[in-house]
Amino acid sequence: MTSDIKSALRPVLAMTILFALLLGIVYPLAMTGIGQAIFPRQANGSLVTQGGKVVGSTVVGQAFTSERYFQTRPSAAGKGYDGLASSGSNLGPTSQALVDRITADVAKRRAEGVGGALPADLATASGSGLDPDLSPASAFAQVARVARARNLPAERVRALVAAQVETPLLGILGDPTVNVLALNRALDASGG
Amino acid sequence: MTLQGWILILGFIAILLVLTRPMGTWLFALYEGRRTPLHVVLGPVERGVYKLSGIDPKAEQGWRRYALHMLLFNAALMLLTYVVLRLQGVLPGNPQGLPGLSGHLAFNTAISFTANTNWQSYGGESTMSNFSQMFGLTIHNFLSAATGIALAFALFRGFARRSATTIGNFWADVTRVTLYVLLPLCVLLTVFYIASGVPQTLAGTVDVTTLEGAKQTLALGPVASQEAIKMLGTNGGGFFNANSAHPFENPTALTNLVQMLSIFLIGFGLTWTFGKAVGNTRQGWAILSSMLILFLIGVGVTYWQEAAGNPIVHQLGIAGGNMEGKEVRFGVAATALFSVVTTAASCGAVNGMHDSFTALGGMIPLINMQLGEVVIGGVGAGIYGFLLFAILAVFVAGLMVGRTPEYVGKKIESREVKLAVLAIAILPLIILGFTAISSVVAAGLAGPLNKGPHGFSEILYAFTSGVANNGSAFAGLTANTPYYDGMLGVAMWLGRFFIILPMLAIAGSLAAKKYTPESAGSFPTTGGLWVGLLVGTILILGGLTFLPSLALGPIADHLAMISGKTF
Repeated sequence: MTSDIKSALRPVLAMTILFALLLGIVYPLAMTGIGQAIFPRQANGSLVTQGGKVVGSTVVGQAFTSERYFQTRPSAAGKGYDGLASSGSNLGPTSQALVDRITADVAKRRAEGVGGALPADLATASGSGLDPDLSPASAFAQVARVARARNLPAERVRALVAAQVETPLLGILGDPTVNVLALNRALDASGG
Repeated sequence: MTLQGWILILGFIAILLVLTRPMGTWLFALYEGRRTPLHVVLGPVERGVYKLSGIDPKAEQGWRRYALHMLLFNAALMLLTYVVLRLQGVLPGNPQGLPGLSGHLAFNTAISFTANTNWQSYGGESTMSNFSQMFGLTIHNFLSAATGIALAFALFRGFARRSATTIGNFWADVTRVTLYVLLPLCVLLTVFYIASGVPQTLAGTVDVTTLEGAKQTLALGPVASQEAIKMLGTNGGGFFNANSAHPFENPTALTNLVQMLSIFLIGFGLTWTFGKAVGNTRQGWAILSSMLILFLIGVGVTYWQEAAGNPIVHQLGIAGGNMEGKEVRFGVAATALFSVVTTAASCGAVNGMHDSFTALGGMIPLINMQLGEVVIGGVGAGIYGFLLFAILAVFVAGLMVGRTPEYVGKKIESREVKLAVLAIAILPLIILGFTAISSVVAAGLAGPLNKGPHGFSEILYAFTSGVANNGSAFAGLTANTPYYDGMLGVAMWLGRFFIILPMLAIAGSLAAKKYTPESAGSFPTTGGLWVGLLVGTILILGGLTFLPSLALGPIADHLAMISGKTF
């Protein structure tokens, strides 16, 4: 056994060092080089600039709480949409804390005049806390409030939302979505 | 449930069935040590590795030596990661200036990644420097996966060889699998992920000013290169806390599909490789069929429950399926499917929070792991775990017909059956034992976020995930404490290596046996009867032990949920 271990020593040490270098240094650095060369925008976070300022990422969600904007979903990432603390709420199906949070969010929507059953994503926290999207139904549910806040005709705001609905790839991959940052930028650009 | 959802699920399986044979053939070439087209490019690298390490790839090893070298290699890698994580604060590649990890967290994480579990007691973006992610963790994602596949090869050789004393060379198996399967596929996947919006940079963070004028700091890093092997090697350790729910890890519905496909790709292929190795590919298809039956039952239940939603939430004025903890771009169907895929395999990546699933929707991931992740399973680990069940199944069949059981030309005798039981018994022993202890001691009870039966489910899920080397969590549990880091570290280590050693002993003992040709009296191991027997054996031997614990956790939770009781 001792001689077995001794004979294994060189392969163990050499393989550990060689593969750590290959897989832990060469591979990720080579991939970084390729990514930065071919897809620099995506490799650096798909950032969106507006007037020379970085205003967000097309991929990651940000907090929208003003009534003049379409609001993103409730978030459990830090104090909301914290890019350094992604997280879901992790509240289970029988959690009273979940019931309390949803009750408050539903009451807020009711106060804005949204009637009927709310779309499921509007009052639930996402898995990452950084969900960039809303379902089309959740976006349409906010049209009346946004139009009121901006003194715009509801029809025009509704058309802006409709133009931002992304249909699933091949009709089956994922659900239809509305990217909230893109929608709100379109809203700002529409002059309302 | 929608038609669209089921098309996704069935289409997903169809794509994998098409890929099974090509993947299996490729793996078979490596199993045999044959040349592949990639040898032109990577052959010199392979030979260089052997030369520098003093390895003769043709030197065959018996099971004891194979096991010893595997263990020493894994121990060395684990030690390396422990040191890297402890010293993180003074090492380069740390743009956020993060401090070194605590002793218990580094201990837990080093074991976790060595054991192909990737349980994470930490949030990646606030704990790990870029260097730690690459040099401390990514290397394990490759090498723990390569180790798993190498071990499966060793067991295949046990079945395939006749009157032999050896089961291959560990170093050659690990090197070939890493260089000719994992690395090339990861290069392709990484480029695809970057193109789809997954960052790949050495920068740590970027500040943005939101449209509302607030400051948001986004964590970045070399994400794509880690994401590729995280899924392909069924590791599952996320770069970010939210794992594949994070838009930077999994930005689109298409990346989500590719991630799910890469979790299963090698596992599907290995069933074909096994059939080829024992000289009858129908043996492989029979295994895959029984896996798929169990898989489809699981997907059906989880998708049904998640699509039906939570009646307590419906009462509050919310319509539709359960979206708590889910991302809009995936929706209910793709999240339910992902959760069953990731726990059927030993991946443990999540694209939604399992803790917030409905009670029964979240029970299926739990059951998948309790069955030992033999439904496709982790790369390598899935098929060797499954073959342990196959040994028990032929033994049960042998008892019923009163003959010596045989499987793919090998007599299964008392030694193999004892070793298989030993390997399988470790799961309930540690899962239930550690859960029971944690449900009564104060340090254990301090963990759960949720109250009531769901809190118990969080503890049960943690130890199930640890022992089964999955790594997913009911993440409400606060696990970064000396108690849970320590207990889960031990659980993960035993769950990985306490199965491997008896399994390799079986490989050695089978290799030494003569070939027993199939006769009229042999129990056929290819038809529907065999598939049914396998499914039954897995459910009864693997699952029944856990029924009482499920009754205390998810089933009680479900009854509370449908009667509107909250905690």
